Amino acid sequence: MSVKKVNSEQPKNFEFNEKFKSIAEEILKKYPKKNKKSAVMPFLYLAQKQNNNWIPLAAIKYISKYLSMPYISVYEVATFYSMFNLSPVGKYFIQVCTTTPCLIRGADKIVKVCKKKISEKENQISKNGECSWTEVECLGACVNAPMMQINSDYYEDLDEKSTAKIIDSIFKDKILESGSYKGRKNTSPVDTKIINGSEHA
Amino acid sequence: MDQNMLKEENKIFKNLYNNHGWELDKAIKRDDWKNTKEIISKGKEWIINEIKTSELRGRGGAGFSTGMKWSFAPKKIGSRPHYLVINADESEPGTCKDRDILRFEPQKLIEGCLIAGFAVGAHVCYIYIRGEYSFEGQRLQEAINQAYKKNFLGKNACGSNWDFDIHIHYGAGAYICGEETALLESIEGNKGQPRLKPPFPALVGLYGCPTIVNNVETIAVVPTILRRGGKWFASLGRPKNTGTKIFCISGNVNSPCNVEEEMGIPLKDLINTYAGGVIGGWDNLQAVIPGGSSMPLLPKKTCETIKMDFDSLTENKSGLGTAGIVVINKDQDIVSCMARIARFYKHESCGQCTPCREGSGWMWRILNRATKGETTLSDIDLLEDVTKQIEGHTICAFGEGSAWPVQGLLRHFRKEIDKKCSNDPLIKKKKDVPYLIDQHLLEKKNA
Repeated sequence: MSVKKVNSEQPKNFEFNEKFKSIAEEILKKYPKKNKKSAVMPFLYLAQKQNNNWIPLAAIKYISKYLSMPYISVYEVATFYSMFNLSPVGKYFIQVCTTTPCLIRGADKIVKVCKKKISEKENQISKNGECSWTEVECLGACVNAPMMQINSDYYEDLDEKSTAKIIDSIFKDKILESGSYKGRKNTSPVDTKIINGSEHA
Repeated sequence: MDQNMLKEENKIFKNLYNNHGWELDKAIKRDDWKNTKEIISKGKEWIINEIKTSELRGRGGAGFSTGMKWSFAPKKIGSRPHYLVINADESEPGTCKDRDILRFEPQKLIEGCLIAGFAVGAHVCYIYIRGEYSFEGQRLQEAINQAYKKNFLGKNACGSNWDFDIHIHYGAGAYICGEETALLESIEGNKGQPRLKPPFPALVGLYGCPTIVNNVETIAVVPTILRRGGKWFASLGRPKNTGTKIFCISGNVNSPCNVEEEMGIPLKDLINTYAGGVIGGWDNLQAVIPGGSSMPLLPKKTCETIKMDFDSLTENKSGLGTAGIVVINKDQDIVSCMARIARFYKHESCGQCTPCREGSGWMWRILNRATKGETTLSDIDLLEDVTKQIEGHTICAFGEGSAWPVQGLLRHFRKEIDKKCSNDPLIKKKKDVPYLIDQHLLEKKNA
């Protein structure tokens, strides 16, 4: 379980815009009519997308009315799942995986770069307001460790140099492409001659 | 060694690295959707029997017989509809096989869904993908759309007289939702907290209806098994541990990778042939976690000879789990590696059962102190006691999953921990540790 901080400043009102309203109706069609409640997670995602990647309490209220659910049930779901942000994050939201498979390939070095370049503490928005970072649990790309996720893209096979390069590109608002930074194809084995073993951990 | 390698023709996932393209037309060239209609026309009984002959065991960790599971679904559809749910909530540290299937072999999964759905009497299938895999989810949605266009899905899917729809449901970063009943709770729009079993989902599952929950890899191999016959699949691997499996080799190896191999391949061959060997050579190996972080680790001595399948690993007090192999060499501090895994479980415990919610925190705190060398000798017995108190006292298998790795550490690396535990009790040192229970004793008047 993780502790979630609800932002102290909250907008008063929230409503899906026209485009999202029609998406919401499409989502509802996926589930049986009497089980509207199933749409709560997709709806929270929609709200998060519309509101600069975080969910205000007004949106929770709006969704609970939309799906005829008690407010507390929606609040419960929003606080249970770690991907719902209840306070603002940077425009570029960096999540560094630090679970064991990444750790033993040097995830702590990636964290150090983030601390130096972005902010000393997790979840603190950088000075220019562009990005924030956080440590997360396994992101499911262990073969490409160490790795991080920026918004929805995976950046894999990182080291200190490539991480610094990627963060610099964020500050210029021209983010580099996602994928492997060791030049290999997806999860295939790399030619052992290229990496030579000694460079890691 | 090379003779023992899986032949190219026997590989099921030929596009594991996306060398040939994931799109529908390219997948058809790899024999996907070939005579699907014919297979379905042979009937439910035949399909389930063929899967039973193949001795396919679930690839999600527990290794339960897939044919058996399907036969638990009620034979006739009553007043309640049946559901098929695919578990793509891959979050076990060390595992990243389903991601490649979703990205590069989506048609195998979709075809498998149709066949499995028909076999268990389901018209609707939900694929539960972890929220972080948003790219993979979009890719799968594209693949589903392509299949709808060709009438492989929808009304009279693939000409089989069976209506079949697939929907994607995204998770949102909760490891526990990989447990089947927690996953169902999550689809229903609740917190992902596991349910008591029985009743099993096969009878009372999603929305209270009969539901079969299968892992991505299990379903994705089904079409190939039915095309080539259950006997072909059973001829690979060892008895009761048949077929092929995607192994994910990560950690301190020269070239971490995903690879499909026969079940029962020796671990040493797997690491040396495919992953370029251990960093610093085989002698530098310290331990291997063979099946995702919940499985107890194996010391080097066992790694020399162990075969990678369900039964051999169970005999050695570990398990195949998801076949996520994490190699740890001697450059790493084994205690801090396990402390990090304990932190993972502390973070991911859903909080429903007290032993797991509190115990996972205890284990993390003690191990964390051990890495800093602040533990006393009695702490280790306490740690062992905590693992025993969690194991078997929780609703779902998460309890075991969090206790086993620590038990494995204590079983095989007792010396390493004892070395760190020779300290005097903290009380004597008057060290200020906020989570120490005897904190009040630090003040003289209370002592």
